[in-house]
Amino acid sequence: MSTIQKIDRRDFVKLFGLASGGIILGCSVAADSKDFIPSAHITGFNPNLFIHLQKNGNIILIASRSEMGQGIRTSLASAIAEELEADWQYISVEQAIGHEKYGNQNTDGSRSVRTRLEPMRKMGATAKMMLITVAAKKWNIATTACKAANHFVINTITNEQIFFGDLAADAAKLPIPKEKNIQLKKVKDFKFIGKNLKSIDLKDFTHGTATYGIDVRIPNMKFAAITRCPVTFGTVKTFNKDKAGKVAGVEAIFEMPRLLPPTGKFFGMLGGVAVIANNTWAAFQGKIALNIEWNKGVNENFDSEEFKKTLTKRVQKIGKLVPGIRGNVNTAFDASAKTIEATYHVPFLAHAPMEVPNATAWFKGDKIEVWAPVQDPQTARSELAHFFEIPIENITVNVTFLGGGFGRKSKSDFVVEAVAISKKINAPVQVVWTREDDIQNSFYHATSAQYLKGSLDRQGKVTGWLQRVGFPSIVSSFKPLSEYGSGFELNQGFTNNPYAIENFRLENVKAEANLRIGWMRSVVHIHSAFGINSFVDELAFAAQKDPVQFHLDLLGKDRIIEGKSKFPFNSKRFKNVLTTTAKTANWGEKLPKGHGLGIAVHYSFYSYIATVVEVSVLDKKVKVENIWTTIDCGLALNKDNIKNQLEGAAIFGMSLALYGKISAKEGAITQNNFYDYQMTRMKDAPKIHINIVDAMHEPPTGVGEPGVPVIAPAICNAIFNATGERVRSLPLSELGMV
Amino acid sequence: MDINLSINGKLHAVQVQEDMPLLWVIRDIIGLTGTKFGCGVSQCGACSVLIDGKLTKSCGIPVSDAIEKDIFTIEGNSENLEFLRQAWTDGNVPQCGYCQSGQLIAATSLLDLIEKPTDKDIDEAMSANICRCGTYTRIKKGIHTAVKLKNETK
Ligand code: FES
Ligand code: FES
Repeated sequence: MSTIQKIDRRDFVKLFGLASGGIILGCSVAADSKDFIPSAHITGFNPNLFIHLQKNGNIILIASRSEMGQGIRTSLASAIAEELEADWQYISVEQAIGHEKYGNQNTDGSRSVRTRLEPMRKMGATAKMMLITVAAKKWNIATTACKAANHFVINTITNEQIFFGDLAADAAKLPIPKEKNIQLKKVKDFKFIGKNLKSIDLKDFTHGTATYGIDVRIPNMKFAAITRCPVTFGTVKTFNKDKAGKVAGVEAIFEMPRLLPPTGKFFGMLGGVAVIANNTWAAFQGKIALNIEWNKGVNENFDSEEFKKTLTKRVQKIGKLVPGIRGNVNTAFDASAKTIEATYHVPFLAHAPMEVPNATAWFKGDKIEVWAPVQDPQTARSELAHFFEIPIENITVNVTFLGGGFGRKSKSDFVVEAVAISKKINAPVQVVWTREDDIQNSFYHATSAQYLKGSLDRQGKVTGWLQRVGFPSIVSSFKPLSEYGSGFELNQGFTNNPYAIENFRLENVKAEANLRIGWMRSVVHIHSAFGINSFVDELAFAAQKDPVQFHLDLLGKDRIIEGKSKFPFNSKRFKNVLTTTAKTANWGEKLPKGHGLGIAVHYSFYSYIATVVEVSVLDKKVKVENIWTTIDCGLALNKDNIKNQLEGAAIFGMSLALYGKISAKEGAITQNNFYDYQMTRMKDAPKIHINIVDAMHEPPTGVGEPGVPVIAPAICNAIFNATGERVRSLPLSELGMV
Repeated sequence: MDINLSINGKLHAVQVQEDMPLLWVIRDIIGLTGTKFGCGVSQCGACSVLIDGKLTKSCGIPVSDAIEKDIFTIEGNSENLEFLRQAWTDGNVPQCGYCQSGQLIAATSLLDLIEKPTDKDIDEAMSANICRCGTYTRIKKGIHTAVKLKNETK
């Protein structure tokens, strides 16, 4: 477990360049193991969470996680405020720069609150104890006769009170109380945790004053745009810059090499032709005027429709056995009353955060400074040290606000590009991707095909389950020629299937990568949940059973499955979200004509989630009317933020179910911008009802991602309920249904 | 060419190509970065501004079309915008916040035109603005709240 330490004032100033005075506490949280990319190695005591109580009463929290709309700055601050008995208005949050001293800063995997809540609370409680000790001494009473409330320590005998700020200087001289003496508040006494807190950044968000990466302005900076090969990993053969050079405002045009990352690490950059200008528009215009001939390379013939056919064929045949086999599916199939088979597809997808990838960099010879909307500033930093051969301590990565991330901004290729250009032109520069660049040169969510076969006995009980899946692996972006799913991918809903089925077999088929593959909000869970929930619905129909009851029956006896993590799977909690959602959605009641209900339930990022969707279908066009989601994410730190996240996840899930499709022809992406890679808009938005299970005594689990995977299957199951038509291949727009 | 622009009541003299979209003049030349780039092709509404009170996607018009007109951006102040800001705060609307400049400007324009918009009015008026974080439910509620706040102060 993490230990809390007092930070020497001079060290603190050295670390942060902040003027100081008062108490500074630091705490080191063990870096949680990142699924694939090795993170910076940390030895010794390296505090990575800090709070600073100043003499004027202000409390500054250093946030080591990127803010990309998930509300992490507010959530972490609330934990401190809770235990410290602070007044909310004195709390502010500073964004940490990318540095290994903050531990693993990679903001993905819905893990920020999961790993940081307890240390944050402990630091708050520690500071409170120190303040009380000082006050008790002043009054010459026992510490037990003091209490803290609302930024004051109160003498419970005389009702005198002293402001936190006035105690800070003396408190700083005290040793840190022993950990065993630190008492955390009881759940019933919570004032901030589990309540509805507003984002601490609202003022900036509503006045246009929050600085996102794209808003960074440095004196004398240039703006750059890059044309990258439309075919993944293609390179420049020749180019003509005459026309582009004549665009007003364009100052330089040059070729950018492809930077290949070493195996197993980093992202590198694609290379292409860069246009440097004195404003973004001129750089974009210059890009359009370029004339480039490409060496298209190995991916030249990639066609995503052909690939879909190939994958479909492969999943019909026996694949590589994945560990976890139970019984014998073939015997079960032979002995069954009925077998059902189905094949499902999800296309490639792009994250398309509203703020396009961008980075501002200044290469100063022996130092690099970067300002960028990055989810993973440390990887960016190590990557820069590697490619530009600058000692890592001379590289600063300032994390700005992120205009959405969804996984795209944990891949720092755009940062490498900015630094490469700054180095070449010897000036600060901002690289901005056009929306077309973002859609056509992304790290795509992998397309997938899966084949499922199940058997039912005479009572309609599932006796056998075979699931075969194929999708290009994320690992291919780090280790070329990785053609099978890796352990962490397969463990996203596929191998950790909770259903108690006697005969069970999983297989994985080969899937090569011809595009850069990356993780996108909820990752492999997207297709796992789609396949499993659609198929369970098909089995339920074949067994003539109610889908909710069918899911419950499949779960079998209540049980706890211990995994490798400290979050065992509890089937009771899984059942609870299922039945709760069904109840809130009035499952089983009569619906208006043309309407249908569908349900999906899934366990991801250690949270349990179930969604019911109501659709109406008129002239074959589907409208999503209502979405009811219930989540059990353990201790709910900031309820309103969780609600906001789940409402957003419902819309994100709808976008992918209704419109989400990236396709490639002759190696190049055929979509361009929001007119052909469409998003859910206000007019499509359903009524969304979020319900958070009261599980305040369980540890907090993921919130940002789990809401996404259940949406597509619940929509498709609702369509089946309304029309009898089964959607097995996303998105609905391809079927003319929206 | 030399161009004078009036933004939020303040005059700015700039020297730019007359075909440069207003968005980039505002962001890169004048340095007001509250107005956002999202698509560049009039598809997302992130760059929304009001020009002589009319809702306009600033990525889609050349700066020359805005000469001698009043440009209003998220950095400006108006009665309706103020009520909307309050409502956005009460309802904790933003997630990443990036699209919200555009959302607030579009909502301001809606309230300027319709005193008490219905859900359907909102669907129509706000569907040109994408929020990838998916805050539509809250935006809709926020607009209704702003109307309520405004009536309460009357
Ligand atoms: S940037 Fe203007 S509408 Fe998208
Ligand atoms: S709040 Fe993030 S795009 Fe709207």
